[in-house]
Amino acid sequence: MTDFVMPSLGADMERAKVAEWLVKPGDRVKKGDVVAVVETHKGAIEIEIFQEGTVAELCAREGDDVPVGGLLARLSAPGEAPAERPAGPPAPPVREMPRAGPQPAREPKAEAPPAPPRPPVPPAGPRAKVSPAARRRAAELGIDADALAGTGVDGSVTLADVELAAQTHAAAAAPAEEPAPARKTRGGFDPAEMRKAIAAAMGRSKREIPHYYLTGTIDLGTALAWLERYNDGRPPDGRLLPAVLLLKATALGLRATPQLNGFWEEGAFRPGPGVHVGWAISLRGGGLVAPAIHDADRKPLPELMAALRDLVGRARSGGLRSSELMDPTVTVTSLGERGADAVIGVIYPPQVAIVGFGRIAERPWIVDGLVTKRPVVSISLAADHRASDGHTGGLLLAEIDRLLQEPERL
Amino acid sequence: MTPDRIRAVLLEELGNIAPEADLGSLDPGADLREALDLDSMDLLNWIAAIHTRLGVNVPERDYAKLATLADAVDYLAHAAEKGGRSAG
Repeated sequence: MTDFVMPSLGADMERAKVAEWLVKPGDRVKKGDVVAVVETHKGAIEIEIFQEGTVAELCAREGDDVPVGGLLARLSAPGEAPAERPAGPPAPPVREMPRAGPQPAREPKAEAPPAPPRPPVPPAGPRAKVSPAARRRAAELGIDADALAGTGVDGSVTLADVELAAQTHAAAAAPAEEPAPARKTRGGFDPAEMRKAIAAAMGRSKREIPHYYLTGTIDLGTALAWLERYNDGRPPDGRLLPAVLLLKATALGLRATPQLNGFWEEGAFRPGPGVHVGWAISLRGGGLVAPAIHDADRKPLPELMAALRDLVGRARSGGLRSSELMDPTVTVTSLGERGADAVIGVIYPPQVAIVGFGRIAERPWIVDGLVTKRPVVSISLAADHRASDGHTGGLLLAEIDRLLQEPERL
Repeated sequence: MTPDRIRAVLLEELGNIAPEADLGSLDPGADLREALDLDSMDLLNWIAAIHTRLGVNVPERDYAKLATLADAVDYLAHAAEKGGRSAG
């Protein structure tokens, strides 16, 4: 028997609400199956399972708010008799986030019998470090700062942790007031919650990651001329956007500079298992997500375009999958045709780099000693100095430029 | 196809792309990208929808001729009249 727990869908997620189960006890599941839909500040996310077996028990109910690491379901392995609960060693304890402060009533008060006293929450090891600002704010909000999971330096509880906890509690309290059935509509995110989650993740990034920055300008004349010929005569569904060329060139460049593709975790760099590019997508109504395009370096351009189109559609309407939020090894942000000239990004922890493209614009440019008009784009790299140095970053930018001069080979 | 019918289809598809927009108050002479905050993916999706719904395959070099709702209705009414631009 194995536990299936709430995955962490990014550094800015602490918990999520189970909106809908798509499997029931007795169902066989295999790696990659979508088994549930949860609601997060990024909207409705389809949760995939990465174990094989038979669903033995659904432990979280629809409508339950479950912390990252909290038990969702139990599975029996292939061949294991589903009912044999005691088989094997006891399941490891679930990494349950300590809850703080007064617990919001889960059931509607009317039908609730006198609640049995809750067992005291055991303190999670030694007393947590709490920053003075965090302690002050926690006192204002009536939150027990010592019971929070800290994300600051050496695990200390920071102001952002307190704010996030306050917001999470507010969100958790809401369902108690309207005892409605679990909302099953897909899509839709709370812009205010997303704002807070972005604030927490970006705050952590700026506190913890020693960024270094490089910029350059790339002549896209050859690439865009090639693209125009490619698109000419194709129906709209078969056309490519310039963004796809930038994405592919970046993915190939990262394959050549693996120090920039991966994670900084526990004081060391861990290379990504593939080039899974998190593509920053701005959402209508504010906020953004950067879900993964898996193995972007190995997808031919038409396939990459289809993947991008599908991803943008699902990011905006709901229906992103858990793996897309968990797997990005790097982020790329492209401002498109109406954006600013340049963007210098903030790394999404625990990633170690973000590549930014500005607006493609025509500029005077020197080709073969003559000033001429060319479409150019600014490129930037913000990278984690703990994991790499500027020299490596420079190699990446040069490689992306080189690749974009030979678009037919992308 | 009448201009009114074309306009209705165009607005319906813009509504799918920008569901939060108040299309009733859209100025027919306003730049659609600016007015509805469309990016290049949105625009391509709209062009693809036009292809599906109206059978007009707008080439990339003509995108600028569909910059406003009024321009787009004109362009598509002409294209439909000529009938030569049908599905590809």
